[in-house]
Amino acid sequence: MGYLIESVYFLTAALFIIGLKRMSHPTTARSGIVWAGYGMVLATVISFIHPQIQAGTGNYLLMVVAIAIGGAIAWYGAKKVAMTAMPQMIAIYNGMGGGAAAAIAAVELLKDHGDKATAPPTFILVMAVAGALIGAVSFSGSVVAFGKLQELKFFKDDAKFRFTGQQKVNAAIFLAAAVLGLVIAISHSSSGALITIFFLLALAFGAMMALPIGGADMPVVISLFNAFTGLAVALEGYVLGNSAMIIAGIIVGSSGTLLTLMMAKAMNRSVSNVLFSNWAALGSGEAQAVTGSLKAMEPSDAAVQMAYASKVIIVPGYGMAVAQAQHKIWEMCKLLIERGATVKFAIHPVAGRMPGHMNVLLAEAGVPYDLIFDMEEINEEFPTADVALVIGANDVVNPAARNDKSSPIYGMPILNVDHAKNVQVIKRGKGVGFAGIENALFFADNTRMVYGDAQKVAAGLIQGIKDLG
Amino acid sequence: MEIMKQVVEFFSPIYILMLAGFLGYEIISKVPVILHTPLMSGTNFVHGIVLVGAMVALGQAETGLEKFIGFLAVLLGAGNAVGGYFVTERMLEMFKSSKGQEK
Repeated sequence: MGYLIESVYFLTAALFIIGLKRMSHPTTARSGIVWAGYGMVLATVISFIHPQIQAGTGNYLLMVVAIAIGGAIAWYGAKKVAMTAMPQMIAIYNGMGGGAAAAIAAVELLKDHGDKATAPPTFILVMAVAGALIGAVSFSGSVVAFGKLQELKFFKDDAKFRFTGQQKVNAAIFLAAAVLGLVIAISHSSSGALITIFFLLALAFGAMMALPIGGADMPVVISLFNAFTGLAVALEGYVLGNSAMIIAGIIVGSSGTLLTLMMAKAMNRSVSNVLFSNWAALGSGEAQAVTGSLKAMEPSDAAVQMAYASKVIIVPGYGMAVAQAQHKIWEMCKLLIERGATVKFAIHPVAGRMPGHMNVLLAEAGVPYDLIFDMEEINEEFPTADVALVIGANDVVNPAARNDKSSPIYGMPILNVDHAKNVQVIKRGKGVGFAGIENALFFADNTRMVYGDAQKVAAGLIQGIKDLG
Repeated sequence: MEIMKQVVEFFSPIYILMLAGFLGYEIISKVPVILHTPLMSGTNFVHGIVLVGAMVALGQAETGLEKFIGFLAVLLGAGNAVGGYFVTERMLEMFKSSKGQEK
């Protein structure tokens, strides 16, 4: 039986690797998740006859009920949620994985390890404790991240969770959890009280870590927790002697870490910077005063400018996601393409709430991915664009990042929208972006502000272009 | 020879750790930005394999408390796997090329 189980786990690991490989290319991405899915189904089904389960108490009924409940809730949630809410769904499913890893560790630790003959070696228990700590942090942190992105009232104000000496308090909680965990592992204790306190400390640390972090930094944090869960799964896999869990967990751990670093780099911040400080503390001195005035434009006039442009670059931002404007925007672009214009989409790496967030929304609207360009690919093309249309993006197009050393976002790579011949900015109001700073682009001579909800403005643009015939 | 066998048994998971670590790094280092969110969601699904471990933990549970925690582990693990799959699939379903759907 052992050979059968191991062969299936081997196959599962191979399917996961092939699946992830296919997911990393647009044309094969769709089939990639299906390959990985087959791997998961195989591993789950074969685990029902796992020797470790058959030697134990079984609990098959509980197992099937738990899978049915957990699966049904997650299936319903994943099918129903709007595309704009995807980031928080990833956060919550990731948290569930972390919680599961922590719970596995709890079951292992609660077993009586007093008998030296049958007890697992101490280093295995240390692994179990480490996995429990990381998994629990990922669980509570992801729940907080979910709450923030879902804009639940309790989590809305980041500032109220910031207090002086916070980092010291967090460090103390973490140290207490780590030391207590080591004590449990080394003393082979199965005391319910100690284990409960250990888990409470770990959960508290995860929540405390995520609470003061602002919404704009959430992608980095979710990605980090994703890597954490992978690591926790791998550690628990080591404890259980389960090679499928080790391989899958470590792959997620390492790829998640790299993804986190890439995201932080795109925002010109280090990961520690995201975790341990906030925007306000970053700027050194007063930002340069912005001169000029905001020049408003009606959608009908904007449509005329758009209709006679031969090259248009669209720069979507979080405002497009909020207004669900991607369908209208693409409808407008199709009109422009029919009129013979070249239309391209420029995506900043951190536009929206997650890397690739905008790509997903544009893909949902049916925009072919070969019209969508990364920042490096398109930045040189802005001077040749007749119109650059910015939809609800702010900090990622702020020229202060290039030329104002005192600006908190100085040094962040941006899209060179200000180099375009004409710039139109669709914006809900006159407020500032996440970073809370004025944007010189909006005051430039060749910039026109089109105020309003992105979807309504896009509808106005479509009408205006159609009226021109 | 017995000692060699033990050493190999001790080290083989560590080799797996190292190789899998490099593999994860390699897979994501070539991925275009447009696939970052789906791929993050995909890796999120892959660590849903924790479900298998949760099943083993529940299967071995003896006391009521262990059973309860094991039940919770399976429930959460199943949520991770199922939710991760369908979210990723929904995202990837939408990727189309202007040159028509390539297989």
